[in-house]
Amino acid sequence: MLSVDITKYLPDFTLNIQFTVESDILVLFGPSGCGKTTTLRSISGLLKPDIGRIVCDDQVFFDSDTDVFVPPRDRQIGYMFQDFALFPHMNVRKNIWYGVKYCEQEAAHMYEKLMSLLRIEHLAERNITQLSGGEKQRVALARALMAKPQILLLDEPLSSLDQETRLELQSELRSMQALWKIPFILVTHDPEEAQTMGTQVLFLEKGKPVDRGSLGMMEIEQSLRA
Amino acid sequence: MPEWQPVWLSIKVAFVSLIFVVIFGVLFAHAMRKWEFGGKAAVEAIFALPLVLPPVVTGFLLLILIGKQGPVGRFLEEYFHTQIIFTPYAAILAGTVVAFPLMYQSTKAAFQGVDTKLEDAARTLGANERRVFWTVTLPLAWPGLLSGIVLSFARALGEFGATIMVAGNIPGKTQTIPLAIYFAAESNDMSRAGIYVLIISLITFSMIFWVNLWARKKHCAAPTKGVF
Repeated sequence: MLSVDITKYLPDFTLNIQFTVESDILVLFGPSGCGKTTTLRSISGLLKPDIGRIVCDDQVFFDSDTDVFVPPRDRQIGYMFQDFALFPHMNVRKNIWYGVKYCEQEAAHMYEKLMSLLRIEHLAERNITQLSGGEKQRVALARALMAKPQILLLDEPLSSLDQETRLELQSELRSMQALWKIPFILVTHDPEEAQTMGTQVLFLEKGKPVDRGSLGMMEIEQSLRA
Repeated sequence: MPEWQPVWLSIKVAFVSLIFVVIFGVLFAHAMRKWEFGGKAAVEAIFALPLVLPPVVTGFLLLILIGKQGPVGRFLEEYFHTQIIFTPYAAILAGTVVAFPLMYQSTKAAFQGVDTKLEDAARTLGANERRVFWTVTLPLAWPGLLSGIVLSFARALGEFGATIMVAGNIPGKTQTIPLAIYFAAESNDMSRAGIYVLIISLITFSMIFWVNLWARKKHCAAPTKGVF
């Protein structure tokens, strides 16, 4: 279980967010610049919040009171960036193996499993530049899961894809979450995607949650238009 | 037939200078990218100084520093009973100082061109800062570093003003190709000067040519087709 209660002072507003997520998909949803990515960066340790506490199970990642800050490398948090951030100087296989820090035999088994589940076996020796958007997304997902994360953060992972690929990958993400049984925190500004993907939806506006729980499509769209 | 000593000495001086320049250039460019501190702009200006100062001025400042009465000169004399002034070591020092800004600036620009998201991705995948640097930053900045290496080598190879100030022109000892060209031309031995001109031009041309060819062949991650 991940528990987040943080405050970060930003130039335009103050991000103030609290939530708890079990092994579900939590969607952080809201217009551009509302603090969604800042939240993900704070959870991953790429950004230090000003005040608050981030705890995953019994491990404290950040606590401003006791001055605890665990660096990203020790958090075991997978992060899928908006443009996937695949290493362009490595092929698909090397990208996927980059985060492996455990027994090679176990890793080889995990690699086979991921390649087969995500149907990317044929891409193993390809250069990143030779991949389509959907393929990059699958490779990025495989790379993140290969590192055995306790939580997976997804920053608008489907925003650059066409409608057909997006629908296909939405279902793939849901099934991967069901298989891995770890919290997925997905950022999106697409109301339909928020509704389809989220077990919980957190609507953010100028750094503050506006509503929690399952929002109706109409309400979400109205919130965005407002 | 010209003597080959200036050619070998120039190549040796340029190579040894290059080793120092690459180490310090990469180290300082990496450190300056990571750290923010008061007076950073002043430090960066000092780093760029040998690029804009006339080489003779750089040579003069080095002469003050490593001359027999200079602080470094006195230190070397007192503790090691030696001097580097008017030796090939002084030529190496001059080559290093004048070529450093080229390596530093190229490396700095190359590091700035690396997408920070890729470094962040490596961190979230469990890499420590050293691994991020060696496996992500450096390979992606490599084309820029390579251009810095070639420019620095060429600059050290062609160094004249600072070298003559601190290493002098001692034939057989500290005479490099540029000094040999100047003194051959001054004594009206134009064919000797011409041969040295041809040799130094061939060395620099072939370096740039091969590096460009290599960069084109190797599938570099950065969107460059050649280095120059």
